[in-house]
Amino acid sequence: MTPTSTAWESETVHVAGVALHLARAGSGAPLLVLHHDIGSPEHLPFYDALAERFTVLRPSHPGYDRSARPDWMRSVRDIAVVYQSLLAARGATGVSLLGLGFGGWIAAEMATMAPRGFHRLVLVGAMGVKPERGEIADQALLSYIDYVRRGFADQAAFDRIFGAEPSTSTLEQWDLNREMSFRIAWKPYMYNSTLPHLLGGVTTPALVVWGREDRIVPLECGERYAKALGQARLEVVEGAGHFVEMEKPEALASLVTRFAAQA
Amino acid sequence: MHLMYFTEQPMSAYPADEGLKFGATALMFSNKHFDPVAGSRLYNEYLDHYRLAEEVGFDGIMLNEHHNAPFCMQAKCNVFASILAATTKRVKLVLLGNPLPLADNPVRLAEELAMIDMVSRGRLVSGFVRGGGQEQLATGVNPAFNRERFEEAHDLIVKAWTQPGPFRWEGAHYQHRVVNPWAVPLQKPHPRVWIPGVLSKETIVWAAKKRYPYIALSTEIEATKKIWEQYDQVAQETGYAGGPEYRGYLQRCHIAETEEKALANARQFMWMQGEFTGLAHPVWSSPSGYFSPSYRKAFVEYAVGRRSNPRGAAFEDQIHNQQIVAGTPKTVIPKLRRLLEETRPSIMGFWAADGFVSNEDTRTCIRLLGQEVLPALRDIGKELGLWSPFEANSPVSINFAEPAQPAGAVA
Repeated sequence: MTPTSTAWESETVHVAGVALHLARAGSGAPLLVLHHDIGSPEHLPFYDALAERFTVLRPSHPGYDRSARPDWMRSVRDIAVVYQSLLAARGATGVSLLGLGFGGWIAAEMATMAPRGFHRLVLVGAMGVKPERGEIADQALLSYIDYVRRGFADQAAFDRIFGAEPSTSTLEQWDLNREMSFRIAWKPYMYNSTLPHLLGGVTTPALVVWGREDRIVPLECGERYAKALGQARLEVVEGAGHFVEMEKPEALASLVTRFAAQA
Repeated sequence: MHLMYFTEQPMSAYPADEGLKFGATALMFSNKHFDPVAGSRLYNEYLDHYRLAEEVGFDGIMLNEHHNAPFCMQAKCNVFASILAATTKRVKLVLLGNPLPLADNPVRLAEELAMIDMVSRGRLVSGFVRGGGQEQLATGVNPAFNRERFEEAHDLIVKAWTQPGPFRWEGAHYQHRVVNPWAVPLQKPHPRVWIPGVLSKETIVWAAKKRYPYIALSTEIEATKKIWEQYDQVAQETGYAGGPEYRGYLQRCHIAETEEKALANARQFMWMQGEFTGLAHPVWSSPSGYFSPSYRKAFVEYAVGRRSNPRGAAFEDQIHNQQIVAGTPKTVIPKLRRLLEETRPSIMGFWAADGFVSNEDTRTCIRLLGQEVLPALRDIGKELGLWSPFEANSPVSINFAEPAQPAGAVA
């Protein structure tokens, strides 16, 4: 992937009393990109690639990274509702959703709230549904570094992005983000037992993408999502773990672009 | 002074090599290594020790609980308190304490504690704790709401004890349509509440605002003094004077007939702290949200091995700074006098033995403490004016001007 000089603008948006940090770049149809439970690096080649085709809206979830924590939040659905309000406030139409991991759960909740409200839905290694055979990895039992490393099939990719020994300030941010995940997704951990039932009403065309070597959310969850959603197909990316956008940015950007750019 | 006997109830009878191999002996260390035959023997030995402590003159028995770890096999302090309520006659039953955030139904705790208070004829001191970090995981409770749950459960329990039901409770973490437990405590206005702690400034401030005695758990003398500075300052701001009746201290203290034996047995205090077995896994002991945000940096560094456990001082250092005291009564009394002079607590817990110290040596230690050390400490306490909450007749809390008394008792 060639380096680009994408110009990202950032602003603080107030929605439902929540101060959201929002990064924005590109032009074209709007694409709301929802990050993982660990938050997100400020810049990734993957985001730049998306900005070549879409108006990319990249909020930090309430309580994660650069968005302040709303103490009242108790569920992942609360975030989904805040994002519905964000899109409504901006008058955005024809929006596609791209949810990465934990962000995939938020995107799936949003889709159930507005079954015809989105252009396309893309879920990548999404949390939110309970595996029937395996388990969603419990970050409470893993150190910050071990948890994130577990999401990479290729440890060299982790080293490239975070450094072999991530800085203490990165760890502190991971801890803050982890605390927010506990506040809203502790029990049951990282899934919503009613979600699979509600997904059946979604008519938004959906693409479900999974890293073949995802050790955070088992591939069977991708199969469950693809089955539960009305119109969905599953794409498996070889050589990727949970953080597909960091390990295989070109492959994922190409999948997303082809799917979400369809009329 | 109020002098209490304490043991962590160690489950030393497990394969230590398995613990070393696994690298930690908490939470995820398999309970297949628990030996219920040894467990049955040990529980009964510990009950004997508590009864012996009453016989030889202790004023109280301090109980606590932990989960999923061999360093403490007491998983519910209310179970032992219930047994002791019926099998002892005089000692206070000091629970330090029930981990409130772990309770999904604090009303049930209020009932259990009321029953213990009545069966013991008003001898309950009901301390409350937040529970260790890993205990949140062991019981599936959200660490991010630990302190909120602690405070709300406390408020609910005190209300259930002191205000006639039925009433309704619609809190942030607890919702009860009907609170009306039939059993209420014998002591009025309610049993005394003491709050133990070791690290969190927030807990010291909270206890001082409530006018609850704070029990420092085996902190260094200088750290203990800082705790009292902070407590006394909040007390002053709150409108009362701090002092000995609000100060407790848990002392690791092993006594034997010879110095050599005492020192050898005292080394077993390191058993729990990990020299032999490894105690805490840094990630499990500090789940996100459990610790005060002011410690965030320290704990993330600890969790990934960039900082050593702040509690991990060497045995020799702990002997030197008196976090561990060991010897014969003759050598131990002057050391304890120094502690009393410098930090002025009126409540003292004696953690007498740990790890593999034999039943016989533990009994000897309890006997020597009771017969030789406690009388000397009572004299020192009088000399220094270290009056316990019972002696000082201090109120049970900021909300109640009266001291705790059994209902119907002649004042």
